Amino acid sequence: MHIPDGFLNIATVATTCAVSAGGVGNAVRLANKKLGEKQVPLMGVLAAFIFAAQMLNFPIAGGTSGHLIGAALAAILLGPWAGVLIMSCVLIAQSLIFQDGGLLALGANIFNMGIVASFSGYYIYRLVTLLLGNGRRGTLVGGFVGAWGSVFLAAIVCAIELAVSGASPIGVVLPAMAGFHALIGIGEGLITVAVLSLVLATRADLLQLQRI
Amino acid sequence: MKSKWWLISLLVCLAVACLSPLASSSPDGLERVAEDKGFIDLAGEAPFQIIADYVFPGIGNEALATILAGLIGTLILFGMVYGLAWLLVLRKKELA
Repeated sequence: MHIPDGFLNIATVATTCAVSAGGVGNAVRLANKKLGEKQVPLMGVLAAFIFAAQMLNFPIAGGTSGHLIGAALAAILLGPWAGVLIMSCVLIAQSLIFQDGGLLALGANIFNMGIVASFSGYYIYRLVTLLLGNGRRGTLVGGFVGAWGSVFLAAIVCAIELAVSGASPIGVVLPAMAGFHALIGIGEGLITVAVLSLVLATRADLLQLQRI
Repeated sequence: MKSKWWLISLLVCLAVACLSPLASSSPDGLERVAEDKGFIDLAGEAPFQIIADYVFPGIGNEALATILAGLIGTLILFGMVYGLAWLLVLRKKELA
């Protein structure tokens, strides 16, 4: 869902850049306050995993593919602001080094796949664990639903940005983005659940770390 | 060995990056929508290219070039975020 340069107009570029800059600034401030030594290696490993896994596009219906975003996974393990921080680093590297996602569109991509995806994924997860408890079942169901929701909502926000920019009318681009990403979200959910099960089986204590 | 769990995890991430040539080359959700709805041509060229589209330049074998790009990116991201997190923790200690 990396937006290239050219899809967004100046007003949308400026707005999303400003909001994302504020969001990343706040994430740095909070991480500076709350981040502990224990979280440092997990932050690095999650960023490495998200980058590697994002390269693995999986096929969905009709000659289309999707890939993990990873924001929900990061936010569930470390908290939504840590998720924003990790996703921002991934997206900055992808844009600067790998020419995936435009330079001007970086603010929008951080907003969609960093801020929107981390917060929606995290709070949907929290809601589910509130209902099902935070045992294994609640964690895994919450992980799936949160991951799916994070992709779906990020796609909707992306569609709104495209429509506001005049790339395509909202009635056209919104259902198309929502439809494809409802399917891609299933892949996101499955990968998130697989990683969470692995963490539960090997290092369940990592799920008890303070969230940022 | 327990304290080195992240080293094992990083090796797993590098192994995942090695699977990258197997990835589907179909357009992703957004690219597909842009093609279907006729706004893909709005996309501009990047002003500079380093490891564009996850293919390391100057290597004939595309699978190898993709794996190399994946390994480099995975290590960069680990170093970048580990370093940033480490600096934030360090600075907190100094302030305290």
